[in-house]
Amino acid sequence: MSIFEYNGSAVVAMVGKNCFAIASDRRLGVQLQTIATDFKRISKIHDRVFIGLSGLATDVQTLYQRLVFRHKLYQLREERDMKPETFASLVSAILYEKRFGPYLCQPVIAGLGDDDKPFICTMDSIGAKELAKDFVVSGTASESLYGACEAMYKPDMEAEELFETISQALLSSVDRDCLSGWGGHVYVVTPTEVKERILKGRMD
Amino acid sequence: MSQSSVDLPPKGGFSFDLCKRNDMLTQKGLKAPGFLKTGTTIVGLIFQDGVILGADTRATEGPIVADKNCEKIHYMAPNIYCCGAGTAADTEAVTDMVSSQLRLHRYQTGRDSRVITALTLLKKHLFSYQGHVSAALVLGGVDISGPHLHTIYPHGSTDTLPFATMGSGSLAAMSVFEAKYKEGLTRDEGIKLVAEAICSGIFNDLGSGSNVDICVITKGHKEYLRNYMEPNPRTYVSSKGYSFTKKTEVLLTKITPLSERVEVVEVAGEAMEE
Repeated sequence: MSIFEYNGSAVVAMVGKNCFAIASDRRLGVQLQTIATDFKRISKIHDRVFIGLSGLATDVQTLYQRLVFRHKLYQLREERDMKPETFASLVSAILYEKRFGPYLCQPVIAGLGDDDKPFICTMDSIGAKELAKDFVVSGTASESLYGACEAMYKPDMEAEELFETISQALLSSVDRDCLSGWGGHVYVVTPTEVKERILKGRMD
Repeated sequence: MSQSSVDLPPKGGFSFDLCKRNDMLTQKGLKAPGFLKTGTTIVGLIFQDGVILGADTRATEGPIVADKNCEKIHYMAPNIYCCGAGTAADTEAVTDMVSSQLRLHRYQTGRDSRVITALTLLKKHLFSYQGHVSAALVLGGVDISGPHLHTIYPHGSTDTLPFATMGSGSLAAMSVFEAKYKEGLTRDEGIKLVAEAICSGIFNDLGSGSNVDICVITKGHKEYLRNYMEPNPRTYVSSKGYSFTKKTEVLLTKITPLSERVEVVEVAGEAMEE
């Protein structure tokens, strides 16, 4: 069994018209036993940048705390929030530093940059950035997510349609993965508001 | 807080503090993760006025295509570019690092960078990590002493060649070069040959795919032709799109309005008064 399959996870992010959506499942397991059904994988770095981390849950939490720390230092020095591209480079550098003993997680970063232009990217566990213009996926359900997103994604969707698309892609993919599921957690971010929704999915 | 004062700006280089824990997990039977690789076909050739580099654009994670349009031709200096194959994080990190070192060197010497400088910096780094930094590179550029093309292997050995290929598709591309390369190619002939070699890798090697990127470097001028050829477009997109008959059930919605972005406008002429 791979280390990434120890806890199970599914994270996906999609780009819409001047908005983005990031979604994750809610299961936390220890191999095949479920121990929590409300695990938070997506965290806010600041109002316009979110990071979703899949993989080993302990590294998810540790890495998140480290990144929040670095971002707070940046805010103190620069007196402003980090741009999503800068944040992605920061995460990549922190992960590559541990090249030979890596953090066992794969981040998905989503943010609204200058001019409200949405930005998404994902990385492998040692920080190889993969920028995409449409969607990025990560986690044990990633193979199904690739397929579902390729089929369901359309460019330039508005916030409501984007929410529906990303939720359908997430739920249909985690239904085919034993290690992730138990509902979904979706954040849709537009320039004026952040809508956080919890989805009802199959509880198995 | 633990003894090792964590997360103050690190002094650079690798940190090995999670190695013991990862080894323990591997011994317990949990396999180590695979990394994003760039399966790849990368090529370079020297033509009459300079160097042409080419690369495909597929990034793989095991058998899955993780990125259909990634960039494998990395900037090193205004007159030097480098294609990378192998572990994606390693090629990106090593080329970024040497690119910064070259820039500092340019500031210090006041001269344009030479290709051989980049070559030596790269091979020293790769050799010192004994092949564990898995980056196979094709380095090309034009400097004061003419056009140069080199290949660098993950263990640190280098070759200087008139035409070179690396990556999983290197055999497919090399067969095209061996058949059709000649000295003194013109720019158009060179681009055509590089595109053909990359296409040969894209169609015959499973680790390479998608589009062809080309970079032409001549004395004092460079042209980065991103997605020069797209021989694999997605033609089966349904114009109707996807319609969902049953909407997802939402259990809870929380809306957080974002504060208006405050624009600070400097009013000219109003200096601070003591």
